[in-house]
Amino acid sequence: MGAKLSRVQVIAAYPITPQSKIPETLVKYVESGELGAEFIRVESEHSALTVCISASTVGARVFTATSANGLAYMHEQLHWAAGARLPIVMALANRGLGAPWTIFNDMQDSISQRDTGWMQIYCRDNQEILDSILMGYKISEQVHVPMMVCFDGFVLSHTVMPVEIPEQEQVDAFLPPYVPHLQVDGPEPININPVMLAEPRANAQGVACPSYMGFRMRLQETLEKAGEVIAKVGGEFGKIFGRSYDCLLWEYKTEEADTILLTMGSLTNEASLAVDMLREKGHKTGVVGLRVFRPFPAQQLRQALSGAKQVVIFDKNISYGNEGATCTETKAALFEGGLRPSIANYIVGLGGKPVAASDLEGATLEFLGMKGRVNGPQWLGISV
Amino acid sequence: MASEKDQFVSACATLTRGEAGKTGDWRAKRPVIDLNKCTPCKKQKDTCYLCWLYCPDGTVKRRIPIEIDLTYCKGCGVCAEVCPTKAIRMEAEEKFALSECSIQEEAE
Amino acid sequence: MVLNDKDQTIINVTWHGRGGQGAVTAAMILAEAAYIDGYRGVTAAPFFGVERRGAPITATTRFSRTPIRTLTPTAKAEVVVVLDERLMQVVDVLGGLKADGLLILNSSNPPEKFCADRDIAVATSDANSIAEEIGLVVAGTVLINTSLLGAFSKASGLVSMESLEKAIRKNFNPKAAQLNFRGAQLTYEATRTNRVWHLPVRQN
Repeated sequence: MGAKLSRVQVIAAYPITPQSKIPETLVKYVESGELGAEFIRVESEHSALTVCISASTVGARVFTATSANGLAYMHEQLHWAAGARLPIVMALANRGLGAPWTIFNDMQDSISQRDTGWMQIYCRDNQEILDSILMGYKISEQVHVPMMVCFDGFVLSHTVMPVEIPEQEQVDAFLPPYVPHLQVDGPEPININPVMLAEPRANAQGVACPSYMGFRMRLQETLEKAGEVIAKVGGEFGKIFGRSYDCLLWEYKTEEADTILLTMGSLTNEASLAVDMLREKGHKTGVVGLRVFRPFPAQQLRQALSGAKQVVIFDKNISYGNEGATCTETKAALFEGGLRPSIANYIVGLGGKPVAASDLEGATLEFLGMKGRVNGPQWLGISV
Repeated sequence: MASEKDQFVSACATLTRGEAGKTGDWRAKRPVIDLNKCTPCKKQKDTCYLCWLYCPDGTVKRRIPIEIDLTYCKGCGVCAEVCPTKAIRMEAEEKFALSECSIQEEAE
Repeated sequence: MVLNDKDQTIINVTWHGRGGQGAVTAAMILAEAAYIDGYRGVTAAPFFGVERRGAPITATTRFSRTPIRTLTPTAKAEVVVVLDERLMQVVDVLGGLKADGLLILNSSNPPEKFCADRDIAVATSDANSIAEEIGLVVAGTVLINTSLLGAFSKASGLVSMESLEKAIRKNFNPKAAQLNFRGAQLTYEATRTNRVWHLPVRQN
């Protein structure tokens, strides 16, 4: 729906549970003529993203969607899309990776791709998925960096809930047609993304060519500044549609909270229920839910956690041999600010294991009972 | 290395009956065999057995007369489809009514 | 950004059916009807996984006057709807129903025949006969999912028939909608209960 309202011109996707519904729906829109886009059928996810890269390069607004192993299969092209600075928007129904097989939800798939240069936004509910896709185009077309709109597979992708669908005219006013920043087949045709050397050098016409590392640096600088663009576009969105996203993270009852539950995706809403339960028992708790994971909102996070004595970090992923990714990154952000709350890291919900508010409450109480630092990640609800 | 086998290292499934439960319960249509038409039964010889070969759930017993294990047969109808003598008919499960479905005792 | 923090009472409905019977569709139409009825928080979801024709499946509907923040599977529901009474023998249907809950069955048997030893309210309606009679049959399968919505409305009193009609019309072409709603109406009328059920008021 978001892709349709964004008037995408080229869609290429390969079906995979739990994403399948997205291409199925889009292909119906294309067939019925409701959406004037080209749906290109491909034989794999790698090809799907390659088609998107090509179409985006020649100036089309493109869309793709995938999950889990499909995203992993795109890996090489993910780097290419970001390196080529193409404003591709992808819907990602988060799902765990095999082996052993699972079709159910966790965030291992997208977290594993965090270093590809894509922006990553995580949604709490279905309204946010739609809204984030609309904003996604506006943001990526400004910063020329692709965006993954991530949402919990099955938990969100297969749950029906009320979603306000904006009017096409409103969306058109918010999101003007895409104007590519590069014309490949102009009066002077160009060859894009050739080999770059380690040091700048002059080409055959004597024009200085930049070095490879310079491109990497610029991508990093752009992502560092992209947070501002994400918040600004989120604010503009709010003025038009009444739902504001002028933030990189969500806060719930964080004022005067000494213990913060840190979450991402739909778990943020679940955690708010846990906080209500904890507050009833007299624990001053709050939730910080990361909306944006790349660029990482380190500064906003420091601010939100500045008053916290304890932080309980729930990760639906793990960087094997270390800990959950949001935990590592949060610690790094706090270190910069000289903040030293005691931190627990709970690995939760891998392979679709349900995480209820009572589980989050239980983990928090367990940690509060320990009074201090916990070594290594804790596995919620698993006994081996 | 620990000599005891750690069940969380290599995920595996072993050959077993009814991995998905008693799937016969899913059946909407039941295969009914006419033994007068069934080739092995008619010839009293181990022959044909296409139903046995094609059954995706291995519920057909390769013997004379052939038998179908209704505890696991899902009623897909492949056997009826491949039978060269049309000896297998698919009949609505309701016909075999679960009037024996005694609700009262199952209520608990 | 601050989240909504109003109190919320959630009504959990669990649907038991078989793959192909339309339990998931019914769960979604009920969510839509509840939304039309003014419930601001509604969700509907299948039991996450792979669905297979004929296999026992479950779906859930939740609705509340305020937005719903939980998406975890329902453990104990206020109302359980069973599309195929034979499932009572296969699935632990009652295990997922609160002690003071309401059980709605597609059955030609009177409600008194079920769970007499429990405190739950029971409603039955013979949706099969009704659907067959009015020709609610597609490719040889009698469709009773939407009809059972009528039984839900009658026995629970939580969602009006007007809202159900609107929700059904949104999901089918006019002709199919007419038939489906007719089925729901007749099933509504044919619903028998062992006693009147009210949504229990709970502390917290």
